[in-house]
Amino acid sequence: MDRPTPPTKPTKVYFFGTCLVDLFYPEAGMAGMELLQAQGLTVVFPQGQSCCGQPAYNSGYRADALKVARAQLDLFPGDLPIVVPSGSCAGMMKKHWPHLFHGEPDEAKALQVSARVWELTQFLVQVLDVKLTDKGEPLRVTWHASCHAQREMGVVDEPKALLRQLANVELVELTREKECCGFGGTFAVRHAEISAAMVGDKVADIESTGAKRVVSGDCGCLMNINGALEAGGKPVQGQHIAQFLKERTHG
Amino acid sequence: MAEHAVNFAAASKAALQDSQLRGNFRRAMDGLMSKRAVQFADAKEWHTMRALAASVRLRALAKLPELLEQLETNLTRNGIQVHWASTTAEANAITLAIMRKANATLAVKGKSMVTEEMHLNAFLEDHDIEVLESDLGEYIVQLDGTMPSHIIMPAIHLNTKQIAHLFKQKIKDAASTGEDAAALTDLARRILRQKFMNAGVGMSGVNAAVAETGTLCLIENEGNGRMCTTVPPVHIAFMGLEKVVEKLEDVPPIISLLPRSATGQPITTYVNMISSPRKEGEKDGPREIHVVILDNGRSSVYADPELRDTLRCIRCGACMNHCPVYTKVGGHAYEAPYPGPIGQILVPQMEGLAKRGEMPHACTMCNACVEICPVQIPIVEIMGRLRVEAVHPSASVKDSGARASKTEALVWKGWAAMNTSPLAYKIATTAMSAVGNAAPGSLPLLKEWTSVRSKPRFAPRTLHDLARKKGIPNV
Repeated sequence: MDRPTPPTKPTKVYFFGTCLVDLFYPEAGMAGMELLQAQGLTVVFPQGQSCCGQPAYNSGYRADALKVARAQLDLFPGDLPIVVPSGSCAGMMKKHWPHLFHGEPDEAKALQVSARVWELTQFLVQVLDVKLTDKGEPLRVTWHASCHAQREMGVVDEPKALLRQLANVELVELTREKECCGFGGTFAVRHAEISAAMVGDKVADIESTGAKRVVSGDCGCLMNINGALEAGGKPVQGQHIAQFLKERTHG
Repeated sequence: MAEHAVNFAAASKAALQDSQLRGNFRRAMDGLMSKRAVQFADAKEWHTMRALAASVRLRALAKLPELLEQLETNLTRNGIQVHWASTTAEANAITLAIMRKANATLAVKGKSMVTEEMHLNAFLEDHDIEVLESDLGEYIVQLDGTMPSHIIMPAIHLNTKQIAHLFKQKIKDAASTGEDAAALTDLARRILRQKFMNAGVGMSGVNAAVAETGTLCLIENEGNGRMCTTVPPVHIAFMGLEKVVEKLEDVPPIISLLPRSATGQPITTYVNMISSPRKEGEKDGPREIHVVILDNGRSSVYADPELRDTLRCIRCGACMNHCPVYTKVGGHAYEAPYPGPIGQILVPQMEGLAKRGEMPHACTMCNACVEICPVQIPIVEIMGRLRVEAVHPSASVKDSGARASKTEALVWKGWAAMNTSPLAYKIATTAMSAVGNAAPGSLPLLKEWTSVRSKPRFAPRTLHDLARKKGIPNV
């Protein structure tokens, strides 16, 4: 990626949980923080945090997005890395905040925060170089890569490298790993039928791997894919990678 | 008068229910994506080439007014007549006048998306002039009375069997061809060959127009482009005003990246460089060449530094091939000359946001198009910008603010209020965790969501709660 790895492993990091994780997948957020703690890090979770601003930003309401993004800036003082359990929210902070704050009085501050943002698996691999010990039963899984993790954060190999560290986990990749699951925020309800067709293709791809579980790093995709798996009565379940890794390594 | 808004959701619904169509697109796009991937197996070469192609286009746009003047001077010096059209109506009128002057009642046409923008065929037919599409895909689409569903492969929505059926219905001698692609092509070729000989005018598009030499470049695979531009006595070329490049050496990056991105071919079968009508003593070529340079909203796209990047496009269509939405619904659902990602940013700027305001929303912002665009157009950023324009009046885009909704604005204000005050956030999220799951699935938005998915479930405690309970430090 375009960001230099910090020269020394930090001893302390911030965690930005994201609004979706906060409301729907808090266990994924807790697991993310616990994985970092297991590496000996102190994790700070600023209680004032809410949302990165992406929903309004992508809907054309940038002034509202700016207000929300701005409300996060003072919560992350200093130069500690900010770890985010979502490629999409991390991408918003990393890639779109500079654009959103362009020409604003607090642009410099926003850039300083933005530059410290890491997607969770990227941080675990690139900065912490974690070594995982699998304590789970043999299991076949597949990996769903979120579009923003891949294309905005450049996170492609890191999560799969983590899954491959798990001795009893067999990773079977999707045929169309790079193809969007059809979530797209408001797209899923604005163009519900197209979204349905897209998630339908994704579910078929997941099923064809024979995996018992589909692991992903983004809760928007997971809500979409899990919802479709459940509504379709499929036995496969989706899970956030933080939770999956924690489950496998803590026994 | 407010223009009728095009309802993409409704148009795509029919496409989604057509399993034949879905299958045709899935297969075709899968094939095109893998062929392209083979072309760019070397990531380093890809990055170098696309940076070069992007720089060619950026440089041309940076000097656009000056290059267009230079192009006009050099084309004129070469004996090519230049016509400027600010609207499609003007372009149609210019074309008709040229045809009338040439006493032509039949035109053969090679692929040209600009003429699709102009609805030229319908216009000329209304004036008793026959226009025959000579690109095989365009010919098929014309026979079928429909529109191209892809800018490079106009009939990609049909399979061989469907084409054979169409030929059987529309062409007398088609009974014997069966469903053999080669036989069908041969039949079309025989019909077209006769038309090339009889046409008073040949028409074509332009892939790049070189300012320094006054040359029109046209790439194609079927030889029909060469026939259209050399056999009839008059050739009319159509181009959008952004198609100009500065130098001859700017052409190779474009004619290399375009087919590699589009169809995975290393180069097209034909590369035509047209620099003058037939000269004294030459044995072939048209006696007159005209070029119609169309604006149709491009100047206003150009005026905005962010939107200007839309004009970098070299019309390879790779964004369509890689778009998960396009792949599901096909090109016709967009009801526009340019479908897919490039269409979703270009057409709303040309036709206005009152009519086309939904187009930029038919996108998950997955960035698959941005990843493969050979000239690095920030398609998704422009898509986002147009979403802003749709709900906020400005001077930048036609009919900006046309889709402003007080309710929607209020919802986002409420959302911002909740997410900017930690107290409001706490109250709101606690309430959602407590009673959110009781929301009936019949509510708007939730109803759409649950059409194929189970209801999202609020967790009993938020991450904020759990973190506090576990003693995770706040600072």
